[in-house]
Formats: sequence, C-alpha cells, structure tokens
Amino acid sequence: MSSVRQEGKDKIIFVTKEDHETPSSAELVEEDPNDPYEEQGLILPSGEINWNCPCLGGMASGPCGTEFKDAFSCFHYSKEEVKGSDCLEQFRTMQECLQRYPELYPKEDDAQSSQASEESAGSAEPSDPAAGSEKDSSDPTLSNTESSAES
Amino acid sequence: MLTCRAVWKKLAPLARASSTVCRQNVRRAGWNNARTPLCVPVAHMSTGPVGGGGDNLKYALLVGAAFVGGLTYAVITVKGDQERHRERMAAIASRKQKSASQIHTEPLAPLETKLEAAAAPDAEAAAPSETAEPPPVDEPLAEASAEEAAAPLTDAGVEEAADSKPSLPSHAPYLLIGGGTASFAAARSIRARDPGAKVLIVTDEPDLPYMRPPLSKELWFSDDPSVTETLRFKQWNGKERSIYFQPPSFYIDTEELRSAENGGVAVLTGRKVVHMDVRGNKVKLDDDMEISYDKCLIATGGVPRNLQVIERAGEEVMKRTTVFRKIDDFKSLDKVSRNTQSITIIGGGFLGSELACALGRRSTESGLEVIQMFPEKGNMGKVLPEYLSNWTTEKVKKEGVKVIREAVVKSVSYKDDKLEIKLKDGRVVRTDHIVAAVGLEPNVDLAKSAGLEVDSDFGGYRVNAELQARSNIWVAGDAACFYDIRLGRRRVEHHDHAVVSGRLAGENMTGANKPYWHQSMFWSDLGPDVGYEAIGIVDSSLPTVGVFAKATAKDTPKAATEESGTGIRSESETEETATSAVAPAAPAPVVEHRDEYGKGVIFYLREKVVVGIILWNVFNRMPIARKIIKDGEEHADLNEVAKLFNIHED
Repeated sequence: MSSVRQEGKDKIIFVTKEDHETPSSAELVEEDPNDPYEEQGLILPSGEINWNCPCLGGMASGPCGTEFKDAFSCFHYSKEEVKGSDCLEQFRTMQECLQRYPELYPKEDDAQSSQASEESAGSAEPSDPAAGSEKDSSDPTLSNTESSAES
Repeated sequence: MLTCRAVWKKLAPLARASSTVCRQNVRRAGWNNARTPLCVPVAHMSTGPVGGGGDNLKYALLVGAAFVGGLTYAVITVKGDQERHRERMAAIASRKQKSASQIHTEPLAPLETKLEAAAAPDAEAAAPSETAEPPPVDEPLAEASAEEAAAPLTDAGVEEAADSKPSLPSHAPYLLIGGGTASFAAARSIRARDPGAKVLIVTDEPDLPYMRPPLSKELWFSDDPSVTETLRFKQWNGKERSIYFQPPSFYIDTEELRSAENGGVAVLTGRKVVHMDVRGNKVKLDDDMEISYDKCLIATGGVPRNLQVIERAGEEVMKRTTVFRKIDDFKSLDKVSRNTQSITIIGGGFLGSELACALGRRSTESGLEVIQMFPEKGNMGKVLPEYLSNWTTEKVKKEGVKVIREAVVKSVSYKDDKLEIKLKDGRVVRTDHIVAAVGLEPNVDLAKSAGLEVDSDFGGYRVNAELQARSNIWVAGDAACFYDIRLGRRRVEHHDHAVVSGRLAGENMTGANKPYWHQSMFWSDLGPDVGYEAIGIVDSSLPTVGVFAKATAKDTPKAATEESGTGIRSESETEETATSAVAPAAPAPVVEHRDEYGKGVIFYLREKVVVGIILWNVFNRMPIARKIIKDGEEHADLNEVAKLFNIHED
C-alpha cells in the first residue's frame, strides 16, 4: 500500500507496483496536430519537408546542405513507381559533395545516409523528436551518420 | 617634377617645331592613352627648316633626350604614387588586427611587383605621349595621363590589397554575437531554413562552438591521458565524440563568406563586439572593425561570478582560484588537480556538485583531498526538496568528497603556502586551490550602446516570447530573459535551453514568428548512482509532491544509457537523436536501499498547477513530463498523474 509522509511543505508518497497498476485517472489535454507552436516532425502539415528537424542531424545546414536539400526534395516529391528513380543526378551530386568533407561525412555512412533519407521520407508518420523521448529516433541510421560523423 | 618642367620648357621650342606635323597627325588619328606607341613620331617628314644629316642627328638627339626626360618624369610620377599607395595601405593596416601583420607583408609584395610591372608599360605609354606633344599644352595632358594611369592603378591596388588580406566581411546578413551553444543552434536553424544563408559568428573565445556539459562531467571520466588536448571522450556505450559541435571543415573561412555561392557559417574567433548601433544596423569590434547586419542574434552567455571576499583577498589568493566555464578552465583545473593535494569547491549547485564528484573520483586514485562547501543545508539545496537534497549529499560524500554544509565564507587569505578559508561560524579550512562555482553573471555589455532593456529581477536582456529584443535583434541562451507563455518570465541557464532557444531564434530570424513553447529540460548526474532529468521551474522553495518506488540496480544513469544505446544525454535532446538499440533484458537484482528514494517523480507546484517536474533515476519519460507542464492543469491527485510515468518499469 502506498504511504504518505509530509515534511513541511513537501509531500512524499511511496507506492508499490500494485498501487500503480490501475489506470490513471489524470486527464490530459487533447493534442492539436496542427498546433503551429509545436515542434514539427520531418514532414510539415503542409506536406513540405521540415529542414530544421533535429532528425536530419544538421545535414541540411552543413557545407553540403544545398545538395542534400535538392536530392531529398526531389525524392520526396518524386511520383515515380520506384520513388526517387528520377533523382539519381541529384543524389550523385550530393554524394560528390559528401566525399569532399570526409571529416564531416565519414565514408562508410554515405550509403547509409542516402538509404536513410529514403527510409525517413518513406515513413508516413511524422517523427516527433520533441515529443519523442530524448532517446527515441525516427531515423536511426541518419542519426548514426551524424553522431559517428563527429566521432 | 619641377626639374622636369624646367627641362621641358627648355626643350619646348625645339620640340615644337619638329613635332608640329606629328601632332596634327595624332590629332587626326584620335588621342588615346593607349599603350601602343601609336605615334612614335620619329618617322618624320619634318617640313621645318631643319634638313640634312647634321640636323637629323640633332633631331635624333633631341628626340632621345625628350624620351629620356619623359621616361624619367613618368617613373618619378609612378614612384610617387607608389609612395602614396604604401602610406594608404599602412593606414588601412593599422586599422586591422595586429595578429595579421605577417599576412600584410605577403600581399603587399605581389602588389609591389604588379605596380612595378605596370610602371614599365605605363612609362612607355606616357613617354611617347609626352614626346609627341610639346609642352606646355602637353604637360597638363601628360601629367593627367600619367596620373590617370597611376590613379586607377592605385585604386586597383588598394582594392586588391583589401581583397587579398584576410579581409573580414563588412556586412553579414546574419550576425550572431557569441559562439556558444545557442549561437550554433541558431546558425544551424538559419541554414536549414534560408537556403544559401551567410551566417557570421563573432566570438571572443579562441575556440569554435562547443558544448559545455562534458567539461564538468564526461571529460573527467575519460581514460585518455591526452583528453585535455583532444577534448574527446568515450561515452558509457563506447561511442566517442568531440565536445566541438562540428569539426572545422563544417565552417567556411570568413573571407569566403562574401562570395560563397551556397552561403555557409563562418566563425570569427578572438574578437569581441564592443558597441552596437541599432539605428545603423551595425556593430563595432574591439579592433575598430565595423560589421553591418540584416539580422542579429545576441548570444553572449555570461561570465562566472566570483566571491567578493576572494576578489578582495589579493593576488596570491586569486592566482589559486579558478572560475569554471570554458575549455581553458577545464585544462587548467585538470592540471591543478594533478599537482596539488587539496582542492576546495565553493558552491553547492549543479556545477559545484558535478565538479566535486568528478574530482572526488580522482581523489581515490591520487589521494587528492576534495572539499565542497556551500551555504545551503545540502547539495542542490536550491533545487531539490530538503529530504532529497540530504540524500544527495550523502551520495556526494560517497564519491570521496568532504562536504561542509551551511558554510558562509567570511575571508580567504594566503598563509604558509596554503589558502586559509575562514567561515562565518568560525570553522577554518586549509586548502591549496579554490574553485568558485557560485553562479553566472549574464553578459549584457551591449545593452547600453544598443539601447536594450535589461531585466532587474533575473538579469539578462529582456525579450518577448519570440525572443525578440528589438526589430532586428534577438537574444537566446543564458543571456536571454524571455517571456515563457506557460511559466512566466524567466531566464534559464541550461544547455538544452540554449539549444531550444537558439533554434527558435534562428527560426524567427528567418521569418517564423513562433513563441517559446517547447519546454527545455536539464539533467545532472552525480556519480553513476544518482541521475535525474528535470523540466520547468524546479525551485526548492515551492511546495512539492514526490512519488517514489523502490529502485533496482537497473535504475541508474549508466544502465539507462547502456540500454538505449545512446551516448550522453547532452546529445539526445539536441540535433542528434540516437539509436534506440534493443538491449538484451538482463534480470535485475533487487538492490535494497536503506533510504527510500531510489526512483520516482517529484512535482513542483505553484498554486496547485504543476510547473516543474524532476524524474529521479527514471529515464525516457521526458515527453510525458513536458506534456503535463504544457497542459498547465490543476490535478487533484498527483499520485494519479505519477501513474502516467510507470516508475516501476524501466
């Protein structure tokens, strides 16, 4: 059973596992998916790409940012049957740029990053890095690129 | 020049006669300053009275003398201009930074050779033009032509010199003052949202932007002896990274910023902005250089405070005192910790306690005595409710730290090669070195010149909910006293806040107009057994409700990172979200804690509304905490709210 203690203005409650088994009666306010104030995921409500998404790990802001944006946008809006098959040129340009900065984009992750961009674009539900716990990731490989890029 | 004129005057009558016809020819052909000696009027059908061989010889001599005279004149003119040019360059050079003096000589050298090379053809051009025309009519023309030739040369020379020196851009579309976490986050945000943006960061530190939390945590736990040089650290899960946000290749040179096609982020280190002209949209640096901007961010952070008693105590004491904030402070404290026997940390907040634990761990290997003293009753006394603060203090002691509570420093003196700290209640502490961790003074140096408002309650620049101070000026990070829609006006000195506010400022600088809404969090680890994450207003003077469960060995910061496969929590809430690797679930032995506060949730209340939450040894639940604060609802039973956190599970 839970025990309660009061120390001045501070209340201390001890609970066992059983105490917390019953569902909570606390009410939370319903979320508005179109709340303009909220941090957005990878895809904005308008359908555009949120280049500032932490999940992109800064790919859009670095020296190859322009090339990355071109390639990824092309992929995102691609209507081909094999999505992105009409974007090979942009991806190639991006690849060339990434190779010029091996310190920032280590070689073994290049393949991963392009594959990852396809993955994250493919996922329909927008990632929510803000609401997601800090250890969550919508895009493991991309973040790997970033974190290992800095190692 | 005068001698030339005199010579010319003497030669004039002779030259005039012989060159009349040529002059007519030239006038017909059209005068130009061209270098092609279009009219070397030596082909001369001179119709004058002179005729015959002897006269031809005289004529040849005359022309030769005129040529030499013209050449001399031209060379002297150009040399004079060179002199003027040099003086002008010197004037410009004296305006630039002293460190670039070496570089000045290099571009000047090629310029000089260029000038000399230009002088030769110019002289040739000038000479025939001068010989062709008899003075005095020709004189002004000749002088004019020489000066014209020299003048564009001088201007071109000056411009070239200005370009080839490490020239700083005189205009930056986005100017970020300060090179810390908030500034870097803003730079990233701007670059992501404004394609091709040109961002200039001006910082008075010598380093590129880096993150501060590891300076008082992970860097101290590194096994690498060269860690003070590499500033890299291995995280619990073995992944290594640098404290620098990005390696130098991420940034572009300041000189290239102007011409970079796709823009970029340039960092100007070692320079301080001393004056801000808001009306003229420009700032002045400490070397008198001026930079104009379109949008400006002030992210100047702050300067660590020191105790007045120490500042008044004299040089010997000050020499043995460290305030801690920058990379250099870390390096020097690391050195001190290896070369002294006793270090005392004054201050019981985040920084003081973290440093105490870090040094305390070293003390087990080296026999270093680590003392921590503070006026509160326990560690984190201003943050944690008393029972938890006491519990934490016991943990800190277990890390090898001698904790002196309720200690108010009365005086510090240097005696017998030791520092003697006298406390108000009479206790005396003798130590070798002091670390002062007594708070941060926000840097508002620019407030006066810029006419910006400073907050009297919290310090820092006063900005609105969108982090804007004035039309084109935003403030983020430690220096920003902002209006939080949910929690009211506040100023936050945490890493994640710097990231969140910097990112928001960058968004607003590129037209977003979003208020501060995503609540930032913070965390602290005091050794491997005590770790907590917090969000909102966490002030121990508020009434609290704590809901605790019994902890198992799995509920430690170390276990949390191992399981989720992330590195340090410095990363998680920032740009990089880590992998969520699935760790094999090992059976957790139930560890009996004598004191009960193994893991739980603590709610901080203000008029029955939850304004702050601490997750005590409970991880990966921050989103729920954030949601509760965002809602701002009155909850009748906080135990029910605590259920949302599933504290009994991992």
